[in-house]
Amino acid sequence: MNAVLATIALATIGTAVVAMSRRNLLHSVLLLTVCWAGVAAFYLWAGAEFVAFAQILVYVGAISMAVLFAVLLTRHSRDDVAAPPASRSRALYAILAGAAVAGVLIAAVARAPLAAAPAPAPTVTVRQLGDQLMGAHAASLLAVAVLLTVALIGAVVLAAIGPPEKPGDPP
Amino acid sequence: MSLLATTDSSLLERAPLLLRDGLTGFLPGPARWAANGLIKIVALLAVFGLLFAFLTLVERKVLGRVQNRPGPNRTGWFGLLQPFADGIKMLTKEDIVPHAADPVLHFLAPVAVIAFSFLTFAVIPYGRLLLPVDMDASILFFFAASSATELSIFMAGWSSHNKYALFAAMRALAQLISYELPLLLSVVPVVLAAGALSTAGVVAAQSGWKWGFLPHWHVFTPWGAAAFAIFMVSSLAESNRSPFDLPEAESELIAGHLTEYSGFKYALFFMAEYFGMCALSGMAVTLFLGGWHAPLPQLEFVPSYVWFSVKLLALLSGFIWVRATMPRLRIDQLTRLAWKFLVPLAIINLGTAAFWSLSLPWAGPLQLLRWAVSLALVIVPFLLLGRRLSAGLGARVYRYA
Repeated sequence: MNAVLATIALATIGTAVVAMSRRNLLHSVLLLTVCWAGVAAFYLWAGAEFVAFAQILVYVGAISMAVLFAVLLTRHSRDDVAAPPASRSRALYAILAGAAVAGVLIAAVARAPLAAAPAPAPTVTVRQLGDQLMGAHAASLLAVAVLLTVALIGAVVLAAIGPPEKPGDPP
Repeated sequence: MSLLATTDSSLLERAPLLLRDGLTGFLPGPARWAANGLIKIVALLAVFGLLFAFLTLVERKVLGRVQNRPGPNRTGWFGLLQPFADGIKMLTKEDIVPHAADPVLHFLAPVAVIAFSFLTFAVIPYGRLLLPVDMDASILFFFAASSATELSIFMAGWSSHNKYALFAAMRALAQLISYELPLLLSVVPVVLAAGALSTAGVVAAQSGWKWGFLPHWHVFTPWGAAAFAIFMVSSLAESNRSPFDLPEAESELIAGHLTEYSGFKYALFFMAEYFGMCALSGMAVTLFLGGWHAPLPQLEFVPSYVWFSVKLLALLSGFIWVRATMPRLRIDQLTRLAWKFLVPLAIINLGTAAFWSLSLPWAGPLQLLRWAVSLALVIVPFLLLGRRLSAGLGARVYRYA
């Protein structure tokens, strides 16, 4: 079992590392997608089917598309997708930011009370998950829904600003 | 349950399983499990591979007859060997990779598209005892796997280093993302009514007959009929079929994201498209047409997988018929249909389904009221939105033609 987890972890972290080191932005995005799929594989390994498929649907299906479209629509030519080498000071800032995030995460993991003995994996059905989401966690679900709706409306408002339509234009 | 027990023991019903056990029965535990899994994969590949081959032949024949020409009729009896001739041609053709292409992504795109579209076959129940993988969230798995094919279309378009390929891939993605929304929204009422996110649970919820002859299929309820219609229109668009075949509109975009593909890689894309069509039709059968259930209790002696195949083939011929009949849409008409018509209808339909399941205990004259309200909830928004969609868009005037 641990060998499977190690393989998944290696694939996830490995693709993330390679994604960061690529010059070609599109290669990075595609590798990052593989990394997200690796996280989904981890959920599947942990027995959380629903979360794993939701992760694939949202990250591999939708978010990767959003990132790819953003990259392609903001670049002027196709040779532009290769990012120029970063300066030394920028690399320094990147290392500092990365170290800060890693420090916070490691501190959190080190402080978390982890059970010494392996606990029996709970089997949660989709129905129980739905009951929890609609019952105990309905407020947080609504908050997330409102947030997403606001983001969507904001995106539409940003995209809809254009020259007014003339009556002679084809529909 | 007694019904299930009697048909369960029928020999024809268990024939595929008996055949499998005869092949792998002598193996010890874990090896047998692996061999059974392998047999499932090989059987799915063989059945759907052959279905793909003959579907292309049927399509060309039917389109030919509709357009008053014979269609392929030179290879074998009535052109029956045409798919194999095409296959050999595809395999022996030169595989051309453009000089400026991204070689890794150019190679990976067809592999990814065929892998993801084949994954979707794993969760469709083909018969009472024939469900390759039973999962708690199998409907979600189906749509997760099919949404991943979009990524490979992008990979194909971008890695070709061809402006038509990239342009067409962007258009294809815009179409696929637009129509994924009504597709998923039309599935939600089914999950709501069946109370299950697994394909086996949805099929089980559609068992039994009302008054001994009307099956409890979802398509025979007002919300089910509306959701079925939305699902079929969206799956036409999702599988790039006419009238939504803009992504590879030959007259405008050469061959879309497949411009720089040749030989077997092109055949793989083609195959994935047909696989997607078969998988979506299989899902439509499972969600709305009662899955493998027989239409009448007297017909239960026919094995369940035969009923599934009959329904699947009926839907597939519907796809071919639509292709022969409908002209292609423009890109703006295509997105307008999705966002201004199908998505609002699907959301309203969710409310209809909620009303339908809340009014389940109503009896007597209230039953009539239930039908009337549900039908009104389906028909009135359809008429109003349809009027609005075509308002101010009269027949086109061709001034210079």
